[in-house]
This record gives sequence, C-alpha cells and structure tokens, in this order.
Amino acid sequence: MANFKKKQAGSKQEIPTSAMPDVVFMLLFFFMVTTVLREVTLKVKLDLTQANNIEKIEQKRLVSYIYMGPERLPGNQLGDDKVQIDDAIVDDLGAIRNLMYDKLIEEPRLIVSLRVDQNSEFGLLTDVQKELQQAGTFRINYSTKREAD
Amino acid sequence: MMLKKKKREGADINGSSMADIAFLLLIFFLVTTTINVDTGIGMVLPPPLDPEQEPPPIRERNLMKILVNSQGLVLMDEEPVSVSEVKDKLIEFISNPESNEELAISPDAAIVSLKTQRETPYSIYIDMLDEVMAAYKDLRDAASRSNYGVPYDALVDDSPQQDQIREMYPKKISIAEPDS
Repeated sequence: MANFKKKQAGSKQEIPTSAMPDVVFMLLFFFMVTTVLREVTLKVKLDLTQANNIEKIEQKRLVSYIYMGPERLPGNQLGDDKVQIDDAIVDDLGAIRNLMYDKLIEEPRLIVSLRVDQNSEFGLLTDVQKELQQAGTFRINYSTKREAD
Repeated sequence: MMLKKKKREGADINGSSMADIAFLLLIFFLVTTTINVDTGIGMVLPPPLDPEQEPPPIRERNLMKILVNSQGLVLMDEEPVSVSEVKDKLIEFISNPESNEELAISPDAAIVSLKTQRETPYSIYIDMLDEVMAAYKDLRDAASRSNYGVPYDALVDDSPQQDQIREMYPKKISIAEPDS
C-alpha cells in the first residue's frame, strides 16, 4: 500500500503587510477628498417632496442652495414660511436679488437648487423665482427625493 | 589616548503603528462622509419680462394649460382630469398622432403652461411638474428607441444624437404666475 504523506509547506505562510499602510492611506485620501464637512445649519424645517423623473446634479461646485420652509422657533415650534440662504434667514425678499447676483458673478454657471419643504405654499416660491429672474440666475433645480417604488 | 569612534546606529522611526493611525483616520472619514447625490427636477427660468413688450403670440392649439388648485384638483384646457391621467393626455397633446385640429401642430411647437394658486402646497406643484417631465421622458425615450435602439438616457451626454432628440421634443414648460 502506498504510503500517503501529508504534504506540508516548508516555509511559514505569511501575508506581506508592508503595503497595508499604503492601501489604507489611499482609501483615507479618497474619503478625505469626498467628504464635505461644512454643512449649513438649517433654520427652517425641511421635508423634501418626492418625484420620479429627476436628474442628478453632477457638478456640485456650481450649486448654490436656497432653503424654504417653516422657521424653527425655540421650543420645537414652527413659525411662518421663511427663506434661508447660506446661514441666515432672509426676511426681505428683495435682498435675494443682490445676494444671488453676487454669486452669479463668482460662478457664471451657477445652478440654484431650491430646497423647499413639501407643505410650504407655492406663492413664496413664485416670489423667490421672480427675484432669481431679476438676478439672472436662470438655471434652477427643484430638489426632490427619489420616490420609493 | 585612544579615541574610539562610536558607530552610530541609523535612526529608525518605528512605523508599525502608522497603519493603526491611518485606520483611525480612515474610519473617522468613513463615518463622516455622506455621499448624498443631489437630485431634483431641473428647470430654466425665462428672463424677466419687459413690461412694455407684448408676449409673443402663441396659437391656442399649441398651448396646453394646466391649472392646479390648492386642493390638488387639475384642469387641463378647461377639462377636469385626475392627476394620473395628466401624463397620457400630455403625450397625446404633444405628439398628436392623429393630427387632431385641437392638439399641438408639432411636438416642438407644443407649450405646456402650468399654473397654480398661491396656496397650493409645493408637493402638489412638484407632482404636476413630475407628470409633465414624465410625459417628455416617455416621448424622448420612444423617439430615441426608434432611431437609435437605446433609451434617451443611454445616449452620450450632449452627443449629436441626444441633441437631435432634444430638438424633436423640446421641453417648453411655462410656469405661470398665480393670480391670487
């Protein structure tokens, strides 16, 4: 009868780990670059509506946001519908024109993303849109979520 | 006296913990990253209207007026319809397969006018806009499939083919100002 001998590797099997830091650093840089740390603090309640036929905004650098919704008041209360640009609530709608015009000068291909609460009224949006027309920022985007199928 | 030169050892930084540090940073950025793709319905606003300038004449048959009130009830060319019917009606209006006298002359002449009340909730307005966009998407997909065998989205962005389909079915959507 043949004698079966279990073959065993002579040398120790080790995975070379010297390249691991490089791999990890590569991943690290990827996530560092993609991370957007600065987010505006929302002063209005925002609950986006849903739609099906939506498109992605590929160039995020071109986007400037306008938030619209009921104002958050102290004590978990909600106030009237307000417009927020960057970090501040804009009470005088006429100021939007200058604000957006300045942004347009900085970035001529500006896309204005309107993030509007689903229960806010259309009238406010019209007023803001009229200001945007005056500012010359014509490319807009109604921010919506994808409808769950 | 004998001066003995000491042989120095090469200074080494212990690099074994580098991977740990890198991992820690990696995990931090992994947790903080939100890869949220911005999605939405893209529109282009018209330039502000000169008050002295008359609006350009539009033939009545090329214009589809959609009125939405604050309860979400819809009128299309003075006819009450339900929201689910809007898309099919629009496709019929834009493409006009039977050359109906009352529907658009050609797809590129068709204009969809969307009008709501000031009190209309934003979600209802977006629902309507979504239906209009869906109608155009279906038409463009159909045209793209019959010409190139692929849906519109599969065409290369800004390619001549995509431009051609876009010219066939331009999105002419007018957002009217609410009266009240």
